[in-house]
Amino acid sequence: MVTPFVIAQLAMLGFVFFMLLNSAAVMVYVERKVAARIQQRMGPWLVGPYGALQPLADIVKLMFKEELRPKAADSILFALAPVISAVAAFTAFSVVPFGTETTLFGLLDRPVPLQVADVNVAVLVVFAVTSMGVYGIVLAGWSSNSKYSLLGALRSSAQMISYELSYGMALASVLVLAGSLSLRDIVNAQAGSWLHVIPRWYLFLQPLGFFIFMTAGVAETNRAPFDFPEAEQELVAGYHTEYSSMSFAMFFMAEYINMVTVSAVATDLFLGGWHGPFLPEYLGWIWFLLKVSFLLFFYVWMRWTLPRYRYDQLMQFGWKVLLPLSVVNLLLTSAGVLYFG
Amino acid sequence: MAGLIHYLVLSGVLFAIGMMGVFLRRNVITMLLSIEVMLNAVNLTFIAFGRFLGSPDGQIIVFFVITVAAAEAAVGLAIVIALFRHTESLNPDAFRELKG
Amino acid sequence: MASDLILFYAFGAIAVAATLLVIAQSNPIYSVLLLIASFMALAGLYVLLDAPFVAVTQIIVYAGAIMVLFLFVVMLLNAPREDALEASGSTEESTGARALGLVLAMAMAIELVWALNRTRILGFAFPEGRGGTSWSVAELGRILFGNYAFAFEATSILILIAMVGAITLAGRHLTEKRIPNPDPRIPSPESRIPSPESRIPSRSPWQA
Repeated sequence: MVTPFVIAQLAMLGFVFFMLLNSAAVMVYVERKVAARIQQRMGPWLVGPYGALQPLADIVKLMFKEELRPKAADSILFALAPVISAVAAFTAFSVVPFGTETTLFGLLDRPVPLQVADVNVAVLVVFAVTSMGVYGIVLAGWSSNSKYSLLGALRSSAQMISYELSYGMALASVLVLAGSLSLRDIVNAQAGSWLHVIPRWYLFLQPLGFFIFMTAGVAETNRAPFDFPEAEQELVAGYHTEYSSMSFAMFFMAEYINMVTVSAVATDLFLGGWHGPFLPEYLGWIWFLLKVSFLLFFYVWMRWTLPRYRYDQLMQFGWKVLLPLSVVNLLLTSAGVLYFG
Repeated sequence: MAGLIHYLVLSGVLFAIGMMGVFLRRNVITMLLSIEVMLNAVNLTFIAFGRFLGSPDGQIIVFFVITVAAAEAAVGLAIVIALFRHTESLNPDAFRELKG
Repeated sequence: MASDLILFYAFGAIAVAATLLVIAQSNPIYSVLLLIASFMALAGLYVLLDAPFVAVTQIIVYAGAIMVLFLFVVMLLNAPREDALEASGSTEESTGARALGLVLAMAMAIELVWALNRTRILGFAFPEGRGGTSWSVAELGRILFGNYAFAFEATSILILIAMVGAITLAGRHLTEKRIPNPDPRIPSPESRIPSPESRIPSRSPWQA
């Protein structure tokens, strides 16, 4: 029953979990460093070489802080909300493939795909788990029993469920092109290149779809310029006002891992996943890493460059601009597929 | 191996629990939740029979049941909100009179 | 396989326990969350029954959208806990009605099991193991838009009607003058959260 294949799959699970945790830590450092450079200052500098051990210092500080809980807070929900956020963030990445099948240098008799779970309906699983993440935020705001938290939570969750529609429609346009719901099939449909120069990415077939997907993804993860619900100037800190220490760290981590998941799914859907020139197939994960890093850098860059949308502007943009655009995109894509075969 | 009878008994138990909720609870939102429980029990029956008979119709009908349940939940909750604004109460016994 | 039976009992136990707690405990927010847990267990059962697409659709639509709607309504109405009403002994026929309801529900469950017993389908196993009759999403789509096209279109009009109806019913313009509470034994909730639309200023560059 316990074959090397099963051990390899369990190891894959542990490896992906570990790398996601590391990516959250690296994103903390990258965000602070890039923000500092954009603002013409130095950023973390003292802890480790060029401040590279700053995330470690942050984590140690957060672990030693006192865990506070407001007296009137609902204790079960108060403890459950960050758990839901973090679990949803990690689970969404479990169906994202990041490399082609490998036999780990011939140790295994069957190749194991570089993905925790190879499901036929992977795109929908990502969508479903992302909609579960809304509950973490809503429950955090409600259970804190404080006005700032509740307002921030209601606004944040209303924003997330509004932008989920455009997110889903942009996903659907890619499905029409690829003809399959499995992320591995979608990536494999983008292999090769036209005229040996332009890679066969869906980004070039669907630029509008990519724009809609990234915008909706930024709004889904509550990042700037759509981060009004956690704006420090208006709402103290939004839904995580009353949280401290490890619970706050879990929300923090869940936000970064959501960013990583949205970037990874965008890479798989629009940027060709792990296919790239020069490197052999089994080293494709290096290309995947590069593309995801580029999208994450773009996220951080946007946060520190663009001003914030006000809440009603944000909601009107989502419903009156982005949703009609995504419907038009879907119609044009379907028409194109029908016409060109 | 879980046979058809297992799924049908489970679905029957869930339906009975939902029915109990509609009879016993005195809060309109919980009554609406119990109705959703009953709809889910029926969904389970459809899927079990669809798998047993090898027909996709079970899954298709479940799509429609989920859609209709969504529409009904939306309208039901709108009615609850309108009633709450009127009488500040979620107890169905507060709406016994036709006056007002 | 034996693991199927173990998974069935696990998911089934979670579903039954969560659903019992939905109707047995008094806090409406806990009821909504327990119902979400029950839906997740049911989605697991659908995957066991070779219907992964319906399982994911159930999570997206039911647990991800309809329950969010319920949660918002419960939070905005600040739904009072029901044990306050039970402690004050709400209506005169309550205990008799409750006992009757309990007896009826249990009678229905017993009748169902008895009827299933008599049809001799005990031990009817599912045919052709895993992968035998698993329908792919493309095939389901073809059947949905082919044989059931009329039902599909009718359902979409139904959703449109429900949307218009919900906005009309819950809209502020229909709120009448509030009448005094008819039954003094029913407590009215304190400190209700005001609805969001009275807070957002209505001057924005997107409006004319």
